[in-house]
Amino acid sequence: MSKKNYSLLLKNARLIDAGQNLDKQVDILLGDGKVVEVADVISSAAEQVLDLDGAWVMPGAIDLHVHLREPGFEYKETILSGAQAAVAGGFTSIACMANTNPVNDSAAITRFILEQARLAPAKVLPIAAISKGMAGDELVEMGDLVDAGVVAFSDDGKTVANSKLLRHALEYASLFNKPLLCHCQDNALFANGVVHEGLVSAAHGLAGIPSLAEDVDISRTIMLAEYLNTKVHICHLSTKTGVYLVRSAKARGVKVTAEVTPHHLFLDERAVVDLAYRESLDESLKPAKLCYNTATKMSPPLRSVDDVVALRAALADGTIDVIATDHAPHEATEKAVEYELAPFGVVGLETAVALGLRLIQEKVLTPLELAARLSSTPAAILGLNDRGTLAPGLAADLMIVDPELMWTVDPEKFYSKARNTPFSGWQMRGRVVKTIVDGKIVFNL
Amino acid sequence: MRFERKDLLGTRDLSAAEIRYLLESAESFKEISERPLKKVPALRGKTVINLFFEPSTRTRTSFEIAAKRLSADAVNMSASTSSVVKGESLIDTVDNIQAMAPDIIVVRHKFVGAAHMIAERVGASVVNAGDGANEHPTQALLDLLTMSEHKTLGPDLTVAIIGDIAHSRVARSNIWALTALGITVRVCAPPTMLPRGLDEIPGVVVCKRVEEALAGVDVVMMLRIQLERQDRLLFPSIRDYARVFGLNRQRLDLAAPDAIVMHPGPMNRGVEITSEVADSDRAVILNQVTNGVALRMAVLFLLGGQGHE
Repeated sequence: MSKKNYSLLLKNARLIDAGQNLDKQVDILLGDGKVVEVADVISSAAEQVLDLDGAWVMPGAIDLHVHLREPGFEYKETILSGAQAAVAGGFTSIACMANTNPVNDSAAITRFILEQARLAPAKVLPIAAISKGMAGDELVEMGDLVDAGVVAFSDDGKTVANSKLLRHALEYASLFNKPLLCHCQDNALFANGVVHEGLVSAAHGLAGIPSLAEDVDISRTIMLAEYLNTKVHICHLSTKTGVYLVRSAKARGVKVTAEVTPHHLFLDERAVVDLAYRESLDESLKPAKLCYNTATKMSPPLRSVDDVVALRAALADGTIDVIATDHAPHEATEKAVEYELAPFGVVGLETAVALGLRLIQEKVLTPLELAARLSSTPAAILGLNDRGTLAPGLAADLMIVDPELMWTVDPEKFYSKARNTPFSGWQMRGRVVKTIVDGKIVFNL
Repeated sequence: MRFERKDLLGTRDLSAAEIRYLLESAESFKEISERPLKKVPALRGKTVINLFFEPSTRTRTSFEIAAKRLSADAVNMSASTSSVVKGESLIDTVDNIQAMAPDIIVVRHKFVGAAHMIAERVGASVVNAGDGANEHPTQALLDLLTMSEHKTLGPDLTVAIIGDIAHSRVARSNIWALTALGITVRVCAPPTMLPRGLDEIPGVVVCKRVEEALAGVDVVMMLRIQLERQDRLLFPSIRDYARVFGLNRQRLDLAAPDAIVMHPGPMNRGVEITSEVADSDRAVILNQVTNGVALRMAVLFLLGGQGHE
């Protein structure tokens, strides 16, 4: 399968490629790991021919935000298991956050990650920490890390509370044209919160995380980027005011980009106490009785209905540039505890694209917009010009989607080592059936 | 009517009919505590475990007395003597207890939803004796039982709950139970102790000033101010709290002439309530304690005595 000059012809594909602004029926010829030709009809010979009969082909999804847990927390996830989950979900490139143990704050750790990723089915892109040990005191050696292969810098999981350090990080990273991915959170306002401060926290006595904790820090981050005229990327935007802040910054010409997770687009605070509250495509989903489901605990938390509405509108109008999963695997017993004790985080690699298809079904996005949010825009943010679109000469990284395939999310069938998804039992329409990386089929449903 | 539930985890999802049935049942248990021999064989052979992960004297004692007056074998387990301090998970602790085949587990825990988690896991009936700031259903029910000795529980009644609402499971359980019976609930607290989103709960009126909350009210329920919270920047000083929110004689005069005063205890005299008010004939604070035993006997009987195997 991996021999040189292998060629694969995809016949009768509906190519949805935002990078080329194409949504049409075509044939696609892949060879030597690259896209060779895209045309209405290709009749040249290939070693393998797949007639897709109208199934969708989209550039492979690129996730700016995953936690692969290796090194240090291999019991939660490994680079290999995370990459397997990625390709099973249609992701061909995944950028992994630095909060491992040890933290990815040196070229040696970056090289270790890349070494571990050699046999992984997806392309693994290490993100380095902003500060040494993510302690918020000293900058990492950015030049050395860039040479070792990092694509961005982030202290994700923590905010960079020291504004002077954040300033210097933005300035220094701009030398290398690498983005800073900012986890925005005011620690004092966040305090000991576990759920969104709102209806559910009030009614159930759970400590609230005010949306203010996020908004205040998004403001600070945007102000720094505006003042310095540098790029900055806001991680997992979850609030209506955050949307407003990013939208108005973009209107002023600030070089800010933002991501949203699928869970913040599909669930609100009510899911904390009743996962089945949301009207689902599956009518057999019974209204659950009161439970405090730790699969709904993440940071930032599931917000209010108003926030969800604002996030969807912002994703549609491009204020929010990309969908990123914030895939955060945890071992089952870590989550099988009291809600307040459970670690923050949910997995997302194996459900994100299907939820993206649901955004099309719910008329939030067009297919081309989804392709932009999942592939071409994340590639642009990371400055990856060899992928994200299926133009001839670029990497043959793609997913084949059956848009009508009905399936049910079953965490027991995940390739990820973790099961902590809030979407367990959801009925989905549309699924990734094949994933191709560098011209090779790496996932086949 | 029968009480069909396996557990009593909160008042949030109790219907008005269920609440009234629980109160009526409690009425019939009051008399047992007045007998010279305070024991009936209703739960003979049943095992009740009081599983307290948080220190408590009065609630645990009240449950223990209630169980013993019903002839159940009551066993107390507190976190300080259990393996919890050794880092055992709640699920493992509970599996061990379940392996000893108790009939009823009474749980007090510092985290929200702990009782729900246990109830999901065990065959025994579970009574929530307080989970974090979420619920303390038997306290709310004994409060209603006490109110019913003086007032008609219905839409004509107005109850003011004053104090640290944000951190109070007593407030929450009372809000659900009172509003289920159509009773108007006024809540009043320093803005720092008033959870955002509370005003969206139907039947709840948020009052800014304590005078506004007290005006013409039938029942005044004062909550304990947790002095240890003071370092969390929630209010400037105990002195300032007492001055702005404390219940004294003049403020009580704003309430209806026959208004009663309640407090779930333990009281901070001179902080949220003056001794003059606490010791007056308007206070029913010790009646609450007495009624607590009857109410808990009713709950244990209804859960344990009807064959929920």
